[in-house]
Amino acid sequence: MFNEIVKADINKSSTAEKKKVYFKFIEVLPIIALLIAITLHLVIPNKQSFTTTKYYPTLLKAFIIIYFILLVSSTKVKKIFDILVNKGPLLTVAVILLELWDIVTLKLKLLPLPYFPGPDKVLSTLVSDWSLLGISTLYSLRLLFTGYIIGAILGLITGISTGWNQRANYWIGPLQKIIGPIPATAWIPIALTIFPTSFWASVFIIVLGVWFPVTVMTSSGIANVQNSFFEVAKALGANKRYLIFKVAIPAAFPTIFIGLFMGLGTSFLTLIVSEMLGVKAGLGWYINWAQGWADYSKVYASLIVIGVIFSSIITLLFKVKDKVLVWQRGLIKW
Amino acid sequence: MVNSNGGVIKIRDVRRVFKDLSGNDTVALEKVSIDINPGEFVSLVGPSGCGKSTLLRLITGLDKANEGELYLDDDKITAPHYERGLVFQNPTLFPWLNVYDNVAAGLKARKIYNEKKEEVAEFIKLVGLEGFEKSYPHQLSGGMAQRVSLARSLVNHPKVLLLDEPLGALDAFTRMQMQDEILRLWKERGTTMVLVTHDVDEAIYLSDRIVIMSPRPGKVEEIIDVKLPRPRQRNYPDFLRLRSKILETLNFAKEIDSYYL
Repeated sequence: MFNEIVKADINKSSTAEKKKVYFKFIEVLPIIALLIAITLHLVIPNKQSFTTTKYYPTLLKAFIIIYFILLVSSTKVKKIFDILVNKGPLLTVAVILLELWDIVTLKLKLLPLPYFPGPDKVLSTLVSDWSLLGISTLYSLRLLFTGYIIGAILGLITGISTGWNQRANYWIGPLQKIIGPIPATAWIPIALTIFPTSFWASVFIIVLGVWFPVTVMTSSGIANVQNSFFEVAKALGANKRYLIFKVAIPAAFPTIFIGLFMGLGTSFLTLIVSEMLGVKAGLGWYINWAQGWADYSKVYASLIVIGVIFSSIITLLFKVKDKVLVWQRGLIKW
Repeated sequence: MVNSNGGVIKIRDVRRVFKDLSGNDTVALEKVSIDINPGEFVSLVGPSGCGKSTLLRLITGLDKANEGELYLDDDKITAPHYERGLVFQNPTLFPWLNVYDNVAAGLKARKIYNEKKEEVAEFIKLVGLEGFEKSYPHQLSGGMAQRVSLARSLVNHPKVLLLDEPLGALDAFTRMQMQDEILRLWKERGTTMVLVTHDVDEAIYLSDRIVIMSPRPGKVEEIIDVKLPRPRQRNYPDFLRLRSKILETLNFAKEIDSYYL
C-alpha cells in the first residue's frame, strides 16, 4: 500500500516537472572511467605473450554506447536518472577494478602466468568455448534441480512430520541429528559405489545436503508456531488438515524459507564438488578439466558463468519468497 | 430481549486444578456454577488469578475441567466448536491472510465457503471495514484488527461469542468506540456474549449480568443484575452507584489477596 503511494507521488512529480532536465555530474563518472580504461588498454603495450583479440575493447565500447544512451535518456526519465545517480559510483569503481586487472596482467605482467590471464583472454575464452560451457551449464542445472527439488520435498515432509507429530519426532529426530551434520560430500565414496550411475550418486549427495537444513528449519518453524493461532483456528471449526496446511505451514514459512535458502547454498557446493570428483560433465568437471590443462582462462570463464547462474537462481528463490510472503516485511534481504 | 440466535450455557460445579512447577496443586476454579440465558450479555470480573480466563477457556473447549460439566444448549462441551466463537485480547489474525481471507477462514475451514461466499463481504461491512479487504493485518490499527477478529468469529454465526479482554490492548478512546461496536453487533446478531474484563466500567456499560469472582480458589463471589436502561450513561448516579458497589465487592476479594488486584 505504502509503495503505491510513493509511486503515485513520483508519477505526480514527474508530470508536474515534465519540462525539467535531470542531470548530475556523478552520472558521468562511469563513462569517464570507461573512456580512460579503453585509452589505457589501447595505449599501454602488452607484456603478456597472449595473442590479443578485440573482445575486451569491444566490450568496453559496448558499455560506453549503452551507458551513453542511458545517460541521454536519464535527462528526461526520472527513473533512469535515479538509478544512474545511485549506481554511478559503484559502476565507476567496477570499471576501475576491471582496468586494473587488465593493467597488472596483460599490460605489466605483474602476476605469474598461466594463473592470471587478463580480462581479454578470459573474455575470448568465454566466446570461443561457449558451446562446451553451455553444455556443462545445462548438465549442472539438470543435476542441481533434480537434487534440490527431491531434497527440498523430502526435507519438507520430514520437517513437517517431526515438527507436528511427537512420535515422528521421536523416531526421525535422532536420525536427523546424526546423519544431518555429516557433510554431504563425505558420502561421495559410498554414493559412488551404491548408485549405478555417477549422476544418481550426485543427486543422492545433493539431496542429503539440501534435506538437512530444510528439515531442521521446517521442523523448528512448525514446532514454534504460536499456539493461539491453533486455538483460534479450532474455534473457527478447523480440522487437523486445516491446522497443518492452512495454519502451521504458512505460519512457519518464514523459517521454512531460511531452510530452503540454506539448502540452496549447500546444493551449489555439493554440486560443484561432486562434479569435480565423480561426474564426467558439468561446470565442476569443466573447472577440473581446465585446471588439468593449466588453462586458467577457462577456470575464470567458468567461475563467471557459475557466479551469474547461481546468483540468478538465488534471485529467483527470493522472488518466489516475496510472492509467498507479501504479508511479511524484512526477513533476509538479497 | 428475546432472541433465537443465542445459545444457553450451563456451567455445573466446575473444578479446575493446575499443577505448578513444584508439583503442587493450584485450584483455579472451585464449584463454579453459572447459567447464561440465550442472547444474554454476561461479564466475568475479578482480580488476576480468580480463574475468569480459565473459565472462558473451559467454555471454549480449549481446556478441560477436572470435575463438573459445561453445556451449550443441551450439548456437553468437550472440544472447540465454531458455535462458540472466540476473540482474544490479541486479535490473533492470521498474518499471512488479508482481511478478506481472515474473515473467510471460518467458512473455508468448515468447507462451506462456496455456498456462503457473500457473507464474507456482509460481515466485513458489518464491522465497517469495507475497502480494507486486501489489507494485511500488519497494516491495520489495533481497533481495526479487533474488528476483523470479531467479523471472523461472527461469520460462523456462533451461538455464543466468548470475549477474553478483547479491548484490553486498546487506548481509552478506541476502547469506548469498540464497546459501542460490540453492543451494536450483539443487538443485531442476538448472540449470547460472555466477556472477561478487568474494567468494571466496561462490564457495567455492556452487561445484563456481572459475575464477580474471587481468587484462590477461583469461585463466584456474587452475580449482579445490571438493570440500567440502554444506552447507558457512564456518569449517571445509578451507574456510579453500581460501580462503587462492585468495587466494594471486589475490595472484599482484595482483602483475601491484596497483591493480585
